[in-house]
Amino acid sequence: MFDFAVVTEWVDGLLRSWLPESWAVLAEFFLIGLCLLLAYAVIALVLILAERKVCAYFQCRLGPNRVGPWGLTQSVADMFKMLIKELIQVRHVDNFLFNLAPYIVIISSVLAFGCIPYAKGLEIIDFNVGIFFLLAVSSIGIVGILLAGWSSNNKYSLIGAMRSGAQMISYELSIGLSILTMVVFSGSMQLSTIVESQADGWFLFRGHIPAFIAFIVYLIAGTAETNRGPFDLPEADSELTAGYHTEYSGMHFGFFYLAEFLNMFIVASVAATLFLGGWMPLHIPGWEGFNAAMDWIPSIFWFIGKVAVMIFIIMWFKWTFPRLRIDQLLRLEWKYLLPLNLCNLLLMVIVVVFNLHF
Amino acid sequence: MEKIKNRILEVVPEAVVVSEAPLTVSVPPLPFYDLARRLRDDEDMRFDYLVCMTGVDEGESLGVVYHLRSTVYGHELVLRTAALDRENPELASVVDIWATANLNEREVFDFFGIRFINHPDMRRLFLRNDWVGYPLRKDYNADEKINPVRLESEETIDVAPAYEASRDGEVEEIEHVLFKEGEYVVNIGPQHPATHGVLRFRVQLDGEIVRKVDVNCGYIHRGIEKMCESLTYPQMLALTDRLDYLSAHQNRHALCLCIEDALQIEVPERVKYIRTIMDELTRLQSHLLFWSTFCMDLGALTAFFYGFRDREKILDMFEETCGGRLIMNYNVVGGVMQDIHPNLVHRIKDFIKYLPPMLKEYHEVFTGNIIAQQRMKGIGLLSREDAISYGVTGPSGRASGWACDVRKIHPYGVYDKVDFKEIVREDGDVFGRYMVRMEEILQSLHILEQLVDNIPEGDFAVKTKPIIRLPEGNYFRSVEASRGEFGVYIESRGDKFPYRVKFRSPGLPLVSVVDLLARDGKIADLIAVGGSLDYVVPDIDR
Repeated sequence: MFDFAVVTEWVDGLLRSWLPESWAVLAEFFLIGLCLLLAYAVIALVLILAERKVCAYFQCRLGPNRVGPWGLTQSVADMFKMLIKELIQVRHVDNFLFNLAPYIVIISSVLAFGCIPYAKGLEIIDFNVGIFFLLAVSSIGIVGILLAGWSSNNKYSLIGAMRSGAQMISYELSIGLSILTMVVFSGSMQLSTIVESQADGWFLFRGHIPAFIAFIVYLIAGTAETNRGPFDLPEADSELTAGYHTEYSGMHFGFFYLAEFLNMFIVASVAATLFLGGWMPLHIPGWEGFNAAMDWIPSIFWFIGKVAVMIFIIMWFKWTFPRLRIDQLLRLEWKYLLPLNLCNLLLMVIVVVFNLHF
Repeated sequence: MEKIKNRILEVVPEAVVVSEAPLTVSVPPLPFYDLARRLRDDEDMRFDYLVCMTGVDEGESLGVVYHLRSTVYGHELVLRTAALDRENPELASVVDIWATANLNEREVFDFFGIRFINHPDMRRLFLRNDWVGYPLRKDYNADEKINPVRLESEETIDVAPAYEASRDGEVEEIEHVLFKEGEYVVNIGPQHPATHGVLRFRVQLDGEIVRKVDVNCGYIHRGIEKMCESLTYPQMLALTDRLDYLSAHQNRHALCLCIEDALQIEVPERVKYIRTIMDELTRLQSHLLFWSTFCMDLGALTAFFYGFRDREKILDMFEETCGGRLIMNYNVVGGVMQDIHPNLVHRIKDFIKYLPPMLKEYHEVFTGNIIAQQRMKGIGLLSREDAISYGVTGPSGRASGWACDVRKIHPYGVYDKVDFKEIVREDGDVFGRYMVRMEEILQSLHILEQLVDNIPEGDFAVKTKPIIRLPEGNYFRSVEASRGEFGVYIESRGDKFPYRVKFRSPGLPLVSVVDLLARDGKIADLIAVGGSLDYVVPDIDR
């Protein structure tokens, strides 16, 4: 299987042969940052288009089909429009916090984006507490959302932000616990190790019932975490017009929008990494020929394919289900998912201790 | 009827019986309140439903006409009273007898300046608070200098004036505080996706919980009743489509029936069939739109498109026959504008086959969904008594167990010849209102099935005089529009223009119960309640 480390090491060697060590490292930082942001923007555009197309087909429509073939460049045009739009100065807002909020949201999402192992040898931040770091940075985003709602000086925004706060803090628990369950199973917090250890079978298949329960819980909590339907209460358009980002315009709104789509991508890729083997091809122990054939498909495609499936499921949720009410949402988390999760964690520990897994 | 008349004369000897059919009694203002209470509470009379309340400028005095109906016995009564002093007109409020009088009395105050004593909230209902004069009085000065087009926005008042009578009959002005200083009041509307139009709720919140809803109407008030007074009868027809644009055919049907009644025109059988078919198609498209928008309010966006996809088929039928898709202008006095399009019959037949599988899909996508069920069941409970008292008719009233279908009470068109079931449910919650509409769709299809093959041959209209003058008198007719009883009251003095026209809109009672239903629920429940009542704003504001 192709290892991306070959490419990265080649670039590293090249830079070091040209530049002194410290400059080379600096240049690498710069290059990686650039690639990351570029990938971030491109993935966001693809996701926006995908969402519009998917929802259109759910709704017996065609979706964007005028700009470019099959509307392919529609979201590029939209992004360009967003970039050149005026940032409307709203009176009676707390200007500093108001302008800061979208950056906090986007920074948290970019940091989390950097943790994900995309392909064999293509990991940016990879260290022994990788998954812990990912959880930590992704929960910074909530601060941005609360700030946005608070500083907007708008009652809708405030209600939206408060809903968002209650929702994200609650569902963070479920996400954390279901990830913890998988960490117990894999015995490591390093994302690359987690992926490597799924070489003889994905955790979803190897982990028995507890892994399956954790997967379902993660899927629900992840959807809630990204503020997407049926958990889109913070921006419930029929109740709060646009929730916490009601007052934002131009690219500041764009940041919230991008972050929302990228968070969906991050949630989907974490699900793929923890449960579906990340970039690891489908291996079945004993079937050597089959495994070799699977290895022919590059690891990046495996990763993208799994993430796409997860994203499609999340979109499917949004375009099918009606929205929950705030008390039902919190009840689901605190009365059902959290106890279930705690029991599941215990179950997983038993499975691991007595070696009951495959 | 004779018994009721005698009973009224017993209570108020000075009452004058104006006409026998319908029984119309004119009562002086002083004993009016006591009589009204007797009319509702008396075991033999039980007039518990105030159908329509109309202010009339009678020259020296300012009158009010109450159309009453008993939901127990079904008999009807028209009660007239008048405030004799034009400068300081005052009448007793009947809010504590019929809750629907609340907004209706505010409307009468708005248009005629009659102050209702003991009414809790005498703000204007439709016009701006700084409006000068009372526009439906005949001596109203419409000079633009007095009421110019004001460009600044209206001051919102948190303190409502009210008038209370003390024991010795003195009237004093008191103030009712609507929202106190420091209460968290959020505007839902006038521009808000969930109000389905320009309607404004001022909602007092305690966190996520709604504590009070104050309805502010009038953002799309066009003064249609005032305009009618200067239009001839055929011209008036064009305005009814614009009241509740989702019941356009039915509204116009009511006005045509009222005029035809007054002129004693008998329309051909074919016309009756066509009108009934069109009414049912209108009900179908309205209920389909209800389903779409209700689902959207609850966050199920895909459902919205399914409903609209199917509603489009009905609009296509309308377009072929009437030329219009929303504002059809189809019924005229004595018939319909033109004969039905040859395609209509087979299109309806196709549609009757097409819709039931789609309904099954609707139920699979939305009704059966656990989230939707939790959002609907037990939310916004409206009891039968409240429904009658507030005059909540139509599917919303029937969901509370009140059999209020005008098609059954006073059959018009060919409703007496077709077999259909009046859907009545006992739940009274959002889910009940939702299910009544979904089941009514099937009933409408059933009615169409019986009619579409049997449209008799004949003329599509009878000849009427070029200038229509209604004989002097008062006329009231109502039909079952998509969202409740739509009534037309015409007072004619024999001219080619009406003296006073009043449309009993089904929407006004619907918004008046929003406070009752949404109080102490969540914000999301307010949206669900609003969606399930399915009011149409131009119908409320008129």
